[in-house]
Amino acid sequence: MDQYTLNLLVVGATFALYIGIALWARAGSTSEFYAASRGVHPVTNGMATAADWMSAASFISMAGLIAFGGYGASSFLMGWTGGYVLLALLLAPYLRKFGKFTVPEFIGDRFYSPTARMVAVLCLIVASVTYVIGQMTGVGVAFSRFLEVSNTTGLLIGAGVVFLYAVLGGMKGITYTQVAQYCVLITAYTIPAVFISLQLTGNPIPGLGLFGDHFSGEPLLARLDQVVTELGFSQYTAQDGTPSSVINMALFTFSLMIGTAGLPHVIIRFFTVPKVADARWSAGWALVFIALLYLTAPAVGAMARLNLIDTVYPNGTAEAPIDYEARPDWMKNWEVTGLLKFEDKNGDGKIQWYNDKSESFAATAQERGWTGSELSVNRDILVLANPEIARLPGWVIALVAAGGLAAALSTAAGLLLAISGAVSHDLIKGQFNPNISEKGELLAARIAMAAAIVVATYLGLNPPGFAAQTVALAFGLAAASIFPALMMGIFSKRINNKGAVAGMLAGLLFTLVYIFLHKGWFFIPGTNQFPDTIQGSLLGIQSTAIGSIGALLNFVVAYFVSNATEDTPEEIKQLVESVRVPRGAAAATLDH
Amino acid sequence: MSSEPTQTDSGYWAANVRIIVISLAIWALVSFGFGILLRPLLSGITVGGTDLGFWFAQQGSILVFLALIFFYAWRMNKLDREHGVDEE
Repeated sequence: MDQYTLNLLVVGATFALYIGIALWARAGSTSEFYAASRGVHPVTNGMATAADWMSAASFISMAGLIAFGGYGASSFLMGWTGGYVLLALLLAPYLRKFGKFTVPEFIGDRFYSPTARMVAVLCLIVASVTYVIGQMTGVGVAFSRFLEVSNTTGLLIGAGVVFLYAVLGGMKGITYTQVAQYCVLITAYTIPAVFISLQLTGNPIPGLGLFGDHFSGEPLLARLDQVVTELGFSQYTAQDGTPSSVINMALFTFSLMIGTAGLPHVIIRFFTVPKVADARWSAGWALVFIALLYLTAPAVGAMARLNLIDTVYPNGTAEAPIDYEARPDWMKNWEVTGLLKFEDKNGDGKIQWYNDKSESFAATAQERGWTGSELSVNRDILVLANPEIARLPGWVIALVAAGGLAAALSTAAGLLLAISGAVSHDLIKGQFNPNISEKGELLAARIAMAAAIVVATYLGLNPPGFAAQTVALAFGLAAASIFPALMMGIFSKRINNKGAVAGMLAGLLFTLVYIFLHKGWFFIPGTNQFPDTIQGSLLGIQSTAIGSIGALLNFVVAYFVSNATEDTPEEIKQLVESVRVPRGAAAATLDH
Repeated sequence: MSSEPTQTDSGYWAANVRIIVISLAIWALVSFGFGILLRPLLSGITVGGTDLGFWFAQQGSILVFLALIFFYAWRMNKLDREHGVDEE
């Protein structure tokens, strides 16, 4: 059976599974549509949360970022997992106790302010829409690489499947498809990683292999440090110890953490478990399932980098690299996609791959007759090419294709649900038509979901030029506006309506303006006032790390404005008291 | 919600906040501390071809995060029962 047929079979089988679940898990009420009737087991919810959270970026891009960033890319590992500690300790149990359906609903009720609710809706929609664009383009790319259909056809098929299970089943359908998608993506991620770890270190657990010995006898990381420096690259494990760089790394990590804890599509997953105690356990289970991938990713990154160098320099980095004509088949396959490129700059027919920007290495390169690095590797291909590099059978390649699609689709569905809930529950029911019937709201939720899918598909087909940059925006907004408002709403009785609105707007505008000043206004290239580097930036902080400062500003403004204005009403103090104790969470469920 | 008991049980909330503060101190120490700011101080401790700070940045902190969340869930569910605010 050829590879194409295998890909088609495996991806087709997973899609049939998702559609089967959609037909089985139809939602009949708003409670089922928004929160799966709060009947999801904490372990099941943990698994669904892991799929909800791990996007195409986690599955496809992260290992590549680590492979080429080394220690510097640790921010992603700590940031995207550390946020779950904040979620579990500071938000999830209390928001579950509150017992409503959306994040803006809590902000509106706690700060007794429709304005606060609308600001939250705005932040939610901007953050979620920018995030969903990346997922939709990922779906298109995976289809075109593995199933040889056009980008457009691939995207439409993917959108059609999400449409079926998200519009029919709402949160209920999404939860159980996410469980299936998690199983597909983690299997697809782990199998190639285990084989690569076995080939390089003899250890079947990639996370242990990373800190184990390479088959040459030296520790794997020591060997990697050595070969990359021999080619003029910076040492893999080394830290840029300048104070400004250390501070930026800490602030960037912190932004990712509070952004993770503040992303609405993750928070609403914790509304689906029966009890407050379950919400606490469920956050732990979510991180268990996420850690299975996040503990493997740094091993995949380091091993793929070493593998790539060993492939190009089979006799060691001091000897000549391989002839272009002798390159392995997987390189030929990826050259077709344009994501791997060879240009024979010095005309010797060999592949020289080194850091041609390193001044200290320039002399060595000249001595060897090298006139520039001749290989360019798109870092996104590392995970997808892994099974081919490790010479695994065709069905593993097909499984990786299905895994990438599962990662993108599961995150897209979660985001679409968060968007449709904000539109039907917060905007339509909360603002324009409070007397809407249960049936009417369910219909509105379905229409909002369908509309969100159409918009996301359109943006996926015509991605704005700034699509890649906006992920930083999504995290920045969640970090600077949503997370502080939720935390203060639970941990302070004194923060009032004026303080919350002022704080959210201050955090939001500061973060937005700072990003625009460095990335260009509305991401139009050339309109930025400052270069987006540590030295050139306005405050010595890169725009990706500014969410943490925006969050701090939100806290400070909310505190001072609240203390300068009147105290919160008695019923709000009671609301905060009731959110803080678990007893009574089941009663809140019965209200609906 | 009228049936909620012990609304004024401030001991429960103070105990919760104390557990959160201790947990978050550990959370910050392993990630921002050992993984980033204090890494140079740990450079003498070798782990698998590199230093302890690198291990915390790429693996150790995630393991500690896991332990923290499960500890918190266990400790709080116990605290709920001690103060009679658990869900029947």
